[in-house]
Amino acid sequence: MRRFQLGRRQTLGILFGLLGLFLVGYVAPNLEAADKGITLEPPPDPVRIDLDPANAVLAIGIVFVLVALATFFEHRSPRIAKGALIVGSMLFIPLVIILSLSLSELRDTNVMQLLIESLRLSTPIALGAMAGLWCERAGVVNIGIEGMLLASAGTAFVTYAVVGDANSTSALWLAVFVAIATGGLIGLLHALLCVTHRVDQIISGVVINLLALGLTGFLRSEVLVDTGIATGVATGDIGLPLLSDIPIVGPQLFTNKPIFFAMLVVVAVTNLVLFRTRFGLRVRAVGEHPHAAETLGVDPIRMRYRAVVVGGLIAGLGGAWFSLESQAGFQDNMTNGTGFIALAALIFGKWRPLTVFAGAILFGFTRALGSRLQLLGVTIGDFEIPSEFLQALPYVVTIIVVAGAMGRAVAPAADGIPYERSR
Amino acid sequence: MVEPVSGRRPPGRFLGELRQSVHLQPVLVPICSILLALLVAAVVILLVGGNPLEAYWALLRGMFGSADRINASLGRSTPFIGAALAVAFAYRAGLFNIGAEGQVLIGATATAWIGTFSALAGAPGIVVIPLILLAGALGGAAWGWIPGVLKAKTGAHEVITTIMLNSIAVLFVRWMVSSQDPIVLRDPTASVPRTSTIPEAARLPEVIRTDPPLHFGFFIAVGLCVVVWFILGRTNLGFEVRTLGANPHAARYAGIAVGRTTILVMAISGAFAGLAGAAEISGTSGYLSPGAFAAIGFDAIAIALLARANPFGIILTSVLWGSMLSGAGLMQQDTGLSIDTVRIVQALVLLFVAADVIVRTVLRVRKPLGEDVLEATPVASTWGTPA
Repeated sequence: MRRFQLGRRQTLGILFGLLGLFLVGYVAPNLEAADKGITLEPPPDPVRIDLDPANAVLAIGIVFVLVALATFFEHRSPRIAKGALIVGSMLFIPLVIILSLSLSELRDTNVMQLLIESLRLSTPIALGAMAGLWCERAGVVNIGIEGMLLASAGTAFVTYAVVGDANSTSALWLAVFVAIATGGLIGLLHALLCVTHRVDQIISGVVINLLALGLTGFLRSEVLVDTGIATGVATGDIGLPLLSDIPIVGPQLFTNKPIFFAMLVVVAVTNLVLFRTRFGLRVRAVGEHPHAAETLGVDPIRMRYRAVVVGGLIAGLGGAWFSLESQAGFQDNMTNGTGFIALAALIFGKWRPLTVFAGAILFGFTRALGSRLQLLGVTIGDFEIPSEFLQALPYVVTIIVVAGAMGRAVAPAADGIPYERSR
Repeated sequence: MVEPVSGRRPPGRFLGELRQSVHLQPVLVPICSILLALLVAAVVILLVGGNPLEAYWALLRGMFGSADRINASLGRSTPFIGAALAVAFAYRAGLFNIGAEGQVLIGATATAWIGTFSALAGAPGIVVIPLILLAGALGGAAWGWIPGVLKAKTGAHEVITTIMLNSIAVLFVRWMVSSQDPIVLRDPTASVPRTSTIPEAARLPEVIRTDPPLHFGFFIAVGLCVVVWFILGRTNLGFEVRTLGANPHAARYAGIAVGRTTILVMAISGAFAGLAGAAEISGTSGYLSPGAFAAIGFDAIAIALLARANPFGIILTSVLWGSMLSGAGLMQQDTGLSIDTVRIVQALVLLFVAADVIVRTVLRVRKPLGEDVLEATPVASTWGTPA
């Protein structure tokens, strides 16, 4: 074993070190010492923590340098290097918040709200990514997540409007149910095309996206417009017992909307089922080596059907978020590429539920920060940072990830390959 | 499993002969897909209380009902030819270019940028037009080059990278066209975000003024199809492309520089898409707005698949696709059915073309032996582990 090595972690470490030195040497001394602070509650009378941006940036910079040093002790203990890199990566979020706050005119910003908004906006991304995770873990590529989300968003609101008496909660729940069913049906179509008929899985995904665009447009102009209902009442807040009584976090995080909570449950259950149950093991086996699985008596075709339909159901719930929870209404192409962000989160998280969820939160954070930045008006020199740049970040990061710069993203081995029974 | 077609034929009815004909199958299956799609869409129209026959008749008149309508249809089809050619050309090399939308957008942006360059203000058309078309082609080529390099150097799947590059292009172009501080490409005098209009000299000549106009770009696009047909069938590059598409391992074994060819194919493919965007700016609108070219990537894929990646087939299917969109207006006017009806028909066509098992069951024909472009390139199979 070599004592010193310049591997991937060291390269990342050097980058952290350079960034840290830049922060300590240039950014921190040049920040204006202004009376800034972060608040944790909405006004009036919020809990406020005073903050000196220069010192905070200095501290983060020093940590970055320490992270860099830690990566060179990988031969002593790999866990130190890994842990240091994780800590360093997580510090990016406070760094971005502090920098954008100090570069703006405002005195303080509600950080808790920003973080919870990130979680809230990650709901459809996480659900879409979980849908993709189920499919791809079973060996079926799904680039039709966008179409699944859009179609179920459409059928959900159309149901809500057609049932009439749009203010009743039962109509809302029926609509959510229809959304989930729509997702499942599209999943079934995807499975029928590419599991049974062995159509190229990517082509099948494109078909789903195009079909969803056409059908929802048609539904909106032919059915929804006739009902005369353009908007309704979105799902209301639910306060979780006990948890919602916690100060600061309780009223903001644990008093939230139902699909948001359902998303948290879906992520947890997905992780549990895929990695702790026999069914999950079989799904993964079918995605890695279907022939071996069949030798052991697992029917790959049936397992793939189940996994893809489960994925569809989850995507259906994600679709309902758009037209029932985020707002009550439906516009053409309202998912606006979220399905592709979900795909990005799936690859970013390397096909593992919890890391995929972390990716979804990160991408939710860029969305939340995007809208916050417009409010703050962050400028560097005379250049106001456009929100489009932040919105493009998930896509850029994903390209970097698939190109292998952050450790290779390896899909399940049989992902994308149609299964043919051996005789 | 599959028996030789020539070996055993079904009893010699004419229709049976026709169905089993190897030469007719590539045409027969798409045509039946279209008919089947119209049939299913008719059921949907009936469900919302419309009259499908009336609707289709109005659609047909909207598409080809008069000389003006035919010209408008051809004008509407123009961008689809270049974009579909981009998809098809990459497809022949076993690469699935989902990024036509981004490449078209970047091409169009480059055109709008060079076209409004102040140094070119007084230059004659013969100088400016080739220059801005070249800018469009280069812009598209650059945007296609990135996934090519990523695939060749790191094995990153082109479907993932092109999807991501599409979104990046949409956001980037939206910022360039709408940003007011700093002004990048936005026309400061316009009330809505858009670029300035390119000068009259930079406009592609219109053949006939309709809405949208039939401009010279249509003939450029048709010419491109011929060029692609020539490249694929008659040049070394074409041979390499087809070999790569048939079997990348064999191609490497035969001494073809797989990486270099991949990069080249993606760049050329992007250039076709970029040219489509350039011709659209120069021939039709004269400026670029942020929402332009939405969904053209999906349309291009559908057209390329429908034409089975054949360059001449693309001309026909693009005209069909474009004229359906162009004719939908009259259908809406006459029958009150929404334009989206056409979108459903189109999605169903793609569905039946992709799942040609369904059509073959209806027709009761076997798959022909020999190479089928769509069968030869299993795009999804390299998703996890690069070839």
